[in-house]
Amino acid sequence: MGLIFTMHSNAVDGSPSCEDLNTCLGRLPRFIARVQVQLRPSVLDPAGEATRAAASRLGVNGLQKLRIGKAVELELEAESAATARQQLSLLCDRLLANPVTENWSLELEELAP
Amino acid sequence: MTIGIVVFPGSNCDRDMAWALEGCLGLASRFLWHGDTDLAGVSAVVLPGGFSYGDYLRCGALARFAPLLKEVQQFAERGGPVLGICNGFQILTEMGLLPGALTRNRDLHFRCEPCELRVAPGNSQFLKGYAPQALVQFPIAHGEGCYQCDPDTYKALDQGGQIVLRYTKNPNGSQGDVAGLSNAQGNVLGLMPHPERACDPLLGGTDGRLLLQNLLS
Repeated sequence: MGLIFTMHSNAVDGSPSCEDLNTCLGRLPRFIARVQVQLRPSVLDPAGEATRAAASRLGVNGLQKLRIGKAVELELEAESAATARQQLSLLCDRLLANPVTENWSLELEELAP
Repeated sequence: MTIGIVVFPGSNCDRDMAWALEGCLGLASRFLWHGDTDLAGVSAVVLPGGFSYGDYLRCGALARFAPLLKEVQQFAERGGPVLGICNGFQILTEMGLLPGALTRNRDLHFRCEPCELRVAPGNSQFLKGYAPQALVQFPIAHGEGCYQCDPDTYKALDQGGQIVLRYTKNPNGSQGDVAGLSNAQGNVLGLMPHPERACDPLLGGTDGRLLLQNLLS
């Protein structure tokens, strides 16, 4: 791993002839993704309601809505942003969220090579 | 004729089920490990209560990908009897064999108590012999038994006679007091209450016996 990183750094600093760094190194682009899973608006959220009640006991008043979801952070390698998005959409639809009760959204960012 | 009981990491009603089947009813059963890929020729499958894979993400969400469940899915699609109790019901909804989802109880409490249910047998093979509108008592023991689905699905289930068990006093906030659902064909039943805990008079009642006997009907 250390060796790869060194090559990588050297290539950035000293090898302008290698335009696509990942191709030069035989590595796929890396992406970082954040998936937000939220309950659908029509679904009861008793945990959110209980938390809202606790907030007022803390003295934080005026909370009209508190809905609890999940955040999932992922890193993956994929040929392109489109491929990464496709893979992650499958993951969200089939595993991370249950479409019966939950919606999801995805933020995707390519990590600098 | 043998009844297969699927064992997941975290199942805790698998042995109760084996006792109810063999000790109370004299029906042969065997355990099937979730990692196996073969149903070993069983005539019916039970997904027992308890937990599975820590129930991370959602109850039943990871169990659905267990190797054996591919076989269970095909077995159900061929008309084989599949009964999911408690966590087993949650797994059936995650697998898509039954619609909807089971979510946190309305009051956030884990409810463990006897529960009265009204039976509407429809064409469920598991409820043959129960009189329509019969009242039975099965215990419940769950924290995530609040049944939810979208209004169109609910209407279709209701009109199709698939809501075969309803609570008479809703303990968890379930839509339409749903306690148990059948698939349209009648060979898959999912329910939150535990019929295997209602098979021995020592436990306070035997209303669950007929349901389990119907595994092999």
